Amino acid sequence: MQNDLALCLGDDALILGHRLSEWCGHAPTLEVDLALTNIGLDLLGQAQFFLAAAADGASEWRDADALAYRRTEDEFRNCLLAEQPNGDFARTIARQFLFSAWQEPVLRELAGGADQALAAIAAKSGKEVAYHASFAAGWVIRLGDGTAESHRRMAEGLDWCWRFTDELFEDERAGLRAEWDARVDGVLAQAGLARPKPVRGIGGGRHGRHSEHLGHLLAEMQYLPRAYPDAVW
Amino acid sequence: MNDGLPLWEVFVRARNGLSHRHVGSVHAADPKMAVEAARDVYTRRLEGVSLWVVPSAAITASDPGESAALFEPAADKVYRHPTFYVVPDNVKHI
Repeated sequence: MQNDLALCLGDDALILGHRLSEWCGHAPTLEVDLALTNIGLDLLGQAQFFLAAAADGASEWRDADALAYRRTEDEFRNCLLAEQPNGDFARTIARQFLFSAWQEPVLRELAGGADQALAAIAAKSGKEVAYHASFAAGWVIRLGDGTAESHRRMAEGLDWCWRFTDELFEDERAGLRAEWDARVDGVLAQAGLARPKPVRGIGGGRHGRHSEHLGHLLAEMQYLPRAYPDAVW
Repeated sequence: MNDGLPLWEVFVRARNGLSHRHVGSVHAADPKMAVEAARDVYTRRLEGVSLWVVPSAAITASDPGESAALFEPAADKVYRHPTFYVVPDNVKHI
């Protein structure tokens, strides 16, 4: 069960980190370009630790690389939110805001948990995620409270991501919902944005049922190790 | 997009005990965003322990046209350099 948790958190970080890396060279400004790719690199580091914890030296999933580069999409356990395409900058910010606001308390609980190895990873990652959450919330407020155009795009970005948020609170994570709701509502109020209308949530990522986007992402991410297995620098 | 955003000068303190040094500039809408941008652009390789950001507009610069009057008089006053006495070997950081 612990390994499942490490796999879920590792896959979240790996897939979202890859999505953020797609902004490299394309972000609206140099500052934002570096910020998004820094966050992507933070997440990649977290993925390395969590997937190493999820790996089983005796099986074909012997290490983090094997898990990242040799699984097919139905073997990934990331939430659907993480794999959604970047869209425009506002949608990327919406995705990051909703995700980081969830990831931060998840890691906080894990840091105080019984599994020492996962607790250490969570404690280290928590500091990074606190920054991600603050960065994303800052942009939600800036865009929401900005021009008519930025407000419209921010609202659209949140609307678009909203149906993937229920999945974050499945099963044992249900207890975190109230804290997340309060946090999201607080930032939206500051941003002058309405909470998106309730929609039927879409889930399945934790069970390997993904959107059509994940396969395309993996095709790019896994191309090199699949074409040149065990290649080294 | 940067056209609309003010410029901020960034200063980084590399270690406790050292002074902040100018490292460059970032574009940002407000001080908080400027600190975050400076953090991402200038300290991601562990370059510092403290950051200052200052609106570039708040800096008053010397006039290059007055360089002759401002700086050249110092050129021939070598006696202002403390190099005419012996510093004991045990005295560091001078």
